[in-house]
Amino acid sequence: MLLIHCPYCEEERPEAEFRHAGEAHIARPQNIAEISDEEFERYFFIRSNPKGLVFERWRHIHGCARFFNAARDTVSDRFLKTYKAGEPKPALDGEG
Amino acid sequence: MTQPFRLPGVGRLDAGKPLAFTFDGKSYTGREGDTLASALLANGVHLVGRSFKYHRPRGFLSAGPEEPNALVGIHRDAARKTPNVRATVQELYDGLAAVSQNRWPSLAFDIGAISDLNAPLFSAGFYYKTFKWPRAAWDRLYEPAIRRAAGLGNAPDKPDPDHYANRFAHCDVLVIGAGPAGLAAALAACETGARVILADEQPVPGGRLRFEADARIEGKSGWDWAEETVARLAARDNVRVLTRTTGFGYYAQNMIGLVERVTDHLANPDPNAPRERLWQVRAKRVVLATGAIERHMVFPDNDRPGIMLASSARTYLNHFGVAVGNRIAVYAAEDSAYAAAIDLKKHGVGIAAIIDSRAAPESPAVEEARALGIDVLAGHAVIGTDGRLRVRRVHVAPISGGPHREFQVDALLTSSGWTPAVHLFSQSRGKLAFDEATQRFLPGLYVQDAVSVGSCNGTFDLASSVNEAFDAGAKVAKEAGFRKPRARQMEASSGTPWSIGMAGASPGVEPGTSKMAFVDFQNDVTAKDIRQAVREGMRSIEHVKRFTTTGMATDQGKTSNLHGLAIASQMLGKPIPEVGLTTFRPPYTPVTFGALVGHSRGRLFEPTRRTPTHDWAKAQGAVFEDVGQWKRARYFPQVGEDMHAAVARESRTVRETAGIFDASTLGKIEVVGPDAARFMELMYTNPWAKLGVGRCRYGIMLREDGFIYDDGVVGRIAEDRFHVTTTTGGAPRVLHHMEDYLQTEFPDLKVWLTSTSEQWAVIAVQGPRSREIIAPFVEGIDISDEAMPHMSVREGRVCGVPARLFRISFTGERGFEINVPADYGLSVWKSIWAEGQKHGACAYGTETMHVLRAEKGFIIVGQETDGTVTPDDAGLSWAIGRKKADFVGIRGLRRPDLVAEGRKQLVGLKTVDPQIVLDEGAQIVADPDQPVPMKMIGHVTSSYWSSNCGRSIALALIENGRARMGERLYVPMPDEMVEAEVTSTIFFDEKGERLHG
Repeated sequence: MLLIHCPYCEEERPEAEFRHAGEAHIARPQNIAEISDEEFERYFFIRSNPKGLVFERWRHIHGCARFFNAARDTVSDRFLKTYKAGEPKPALDGEG
Repeated sequence: MTQPFRLPGVGRLDAGKPLAFTFDGKSYTGREGDTLASALLANGVHLVGRSFKYHRPRGFLSAGPEEPNALVGIHRDAARKTPNVRATVQELYDGLAAVSQNRWPSLAFDIGAISDLNAPLFSAGFYYKTFKWPRAAWDRLYEPAIRRAAGLGNAPDKPDPDHYANRFAHCDVLVIGAGPAGLAAALAACETGARVILADEQPVPGGRLRFEADARIEGKSGWDWAEETVARLAARDNVRVLTRTTGFGYYAQNMIGLVERVTDHLANPDPNAPRERLWQVRAKRVVLATGAIERHMVFPDNDRPGIMLASSARTYLNHFGVAVGNRIAVYAAEDSAYAAAIDLKKHGVGIAAIIDSRAAPESPAVEEARALGIDVLAGHAVIGTDGRLRVRRVHVAPISGGPHREFQVDALLTSSGWTPAVHLFSQSRGKLAFDEATQRFLPGLYVQDAVSVGSCNGTFDLASSVNEAFDAGAKVAKEAGFRKPRARQMEASSGTPWSIGMAGASPGVEPGTSKMAFVDFQNDVTAKDIRQAVREGMRSIEHVKRFTTTGMATDQGKTSNLHGLAIASQMLGKPIPEVGLTTFRPPYTPVTFGALVGHSRGRLFEPTRRTPTHDWAKAQGAVFEDVGQWKRARYFPQVGEDMHAAVARESRTVRETAGIFDASTLGKIEVVGPDAARFMELMYTNPWAKLGVGRCRYGIMLREDGFIYDDGVVGRIAEDRFHVTTTTGGAPRVLHHMEDYLQTEFPDLKVWLTSTSEQWAVIAVQGPRSREIIAPFVEGIDISDEAMPHMSVREGRVCGVPARLFRISFTGERGFEINVPADYGLSVWKSIWAEGQKHGACAYGTETMHVLRAEKGFIIVGQETDGTVTPDDAGLSWAIGRKKADFVGIRGLRRPDLVAEGRKQLVGLKTVDPQIVLDEGAQIVADPDQPVPMKMIGHVTSSYWSSNCGRSIALALIENGRARMGERLYVPMPDEMVEAEVTSTIFFDEKGERLHG
């Protein structure tokens, strides 16, 4: 079981308190009603799913209930950083 | 004489009162502290099992958890029959009953041994190649026959009566293994004040000191030092010593799974004690002191009972006081095996010879053996053995050629060297490195906060091992935040150093031999099988493993993997690291399901949610159904009624007079704040801004892809306050979905969301007489049709309790839903019920609720929808706010596939024979005479007998359904083709007049 640092509670808590919520930094288009099929496809269906460094959303659902972002390496399963929703994507390199 | 092989005055067990036990019904005695293996050996019993594939007689290979052969069943009582227990691990208790496995009719005479004679037929890959054809024979013939012939013990046939505990623990330093290295590391760490957990799989710690009788540490015998050290550790407040506890899994971020065996060693366990306890330990630092596992020699017929590992024979002698034979030979390729011969010889046991495959072994142990008069045959190999149920004769020849010799023996000890137990290190995702000089895989790159010490780190020398461990224990304690203890040099020595040894087939087992030289005993894999796998094209050890099944038995190849790898590497002409090493996965040794499941079984498997009226409904004889975690009353049968009759009565009564229904399980979310209406506009397809206070609206929630996610009636309590209801099962995900948008997409909106599902009890009163029934209890609300029309909500009091009263209907009748604080739910219900009875009302359950809503064509999300249904598909396009600029799903609804022609649409279905009730989920076709496979154009989503309509009714999703009104379609069932007509979804009161009273 992973330990995840909640940037709101400022504590490391067991994974069972959290829920994964998909890739981070995908903003809902402001003019969503007007976008083309291709733009909608990119927004809603296409995900990067890389090996290595990923930016993803988590929710501390059995804690403060806040959504936040995390940078994690999918190879080592190590969290490099967690940060509050709305904060910019940190500049990080994966661990390999 | 009992226990003829127990040597008087030898070993560490108390010769006090003997323990009685049976093996295959025969009575024996043993001593307190024995394992089943040592007790059987004390009685001269070596034959304990039959092998998996060839049914060859097998004995004890080892004295520990790595045992591949000696698997037995332990039968405590009718329900407690544990198969595949390693006799070398099972501790003896008075009255223990063990049985052998995989033999018929008896262990000594086993019909299945015919497989051994036919062994040339059963080469590697035999099953894969042979039972491919014909396909149909697999299910009926091959698989059942193979399953009968193979397999080991039988699973118990009764529920497990034991219970299992679960503990979470945190510590600064977790030490796994309490041999000399683990003890030294724990000692150093605990002296800093760090919280230490020390776990060892044996009942008594000591590790190699159990057999190394000549070891000395800090001026004492190794064993005495270990006992004293454990006592010192256990006496400290900051140390927890866990014996009989195996570290079986190393997970992310230093979480270790330990399993503690609490009662399996007791004759009369406390019935309140758990059988096992699972520990999930989160450690700041982990010290791996897991030791090393001795390997056997791979020579022809090396599997006969009486052939065992040299260090194990030493354990039986020095710890248990048991000689494993009267005349024993040793076959080795390294030094530590000599100590077994020396120890036995000193205790008066006859040593026939030491056969050493090395040309000129040089070590003090060799000198000592010779000095004791033991015949040491260097540069020789064992080329075969005899003895049907126990080894009787050993055939020996010089490796360089020359005359054969024979030795009469009753035991043969072997050792080809020691394999560091890197299992947990590897599970921690650490990278192993192959050490060319010593031909071992050793811990290389660590990825977690761990350190390996002692022989699992390749440090075999005792003095180096304890000092390395002491330093490491001090270092990790410092890393965990404690001051470093003062450095100390520990003085230690052991009589016989462990040397490097060899891996792979022994001399004389060259390619081309047809001799059976076993690599993996439990899965009956020989050197020949591994070579054959390479010849047939397997190149990676992963392929060799799967083709031969080497290392895939319950022992996971603890004694055999390196041999298999070395043989494959030699055949491929590639160095060992290039052939690869198979992955180590948890668990290290088998773990019971009971330990993993813990308390999460039966009633405690998951929470049960009950509504405030649960006990009342139970007393009324309600039949319940599970809806998610909820128990809901399904119907209330009266005397003599089955479900069909009860539902027919309940649904008629609702429409004729009234019915009372517990709707408390509905999900409820309070949406509050200055921007509440704006938020609702974004979350639901409907317009909300203009909904008046006190009014209700049926809302549809979509996902961004345009498909229906949830629905429910929403009441506007105030300008800034909405009472949202969701489906019973949907409450958590709807709140999650709303929170997601509120927190991450629309964080500027001033809105707060609160789950109130369990705060409100909901009593639905539905039917023409509903108003009269509730009237006497309502205070402060005008409930006349004019003042409170359909789809309105008022706040006031009911039965004196603060209430939100909804005028809504999921039945098509005039109806109310009374929301009161859950604690008052039962008392309000009882008052309404008493009044309802005066009017002839009934209580109804979920089944009638379903029938009544289907009669009106109301959908249930998750029944009429499946995540691919749009509002238009469900006939609900009226609920989409056409003028809205945005809501979740607005763009998804315009996707080409969602606006395309030919989508499945919700319609009604009436069977031509009104008595036939269709099966929910049944497929629908247009042409009943088309060839199979038929084109399916839709399926039945809901289907009931409707007593109000006097016929069956059904809802269905059908391609272009709304354009097919009146069309005859067909539902193919196994025994008939049911004809049905497409109709409107509304079967009762099509104009909807009854709603308004």
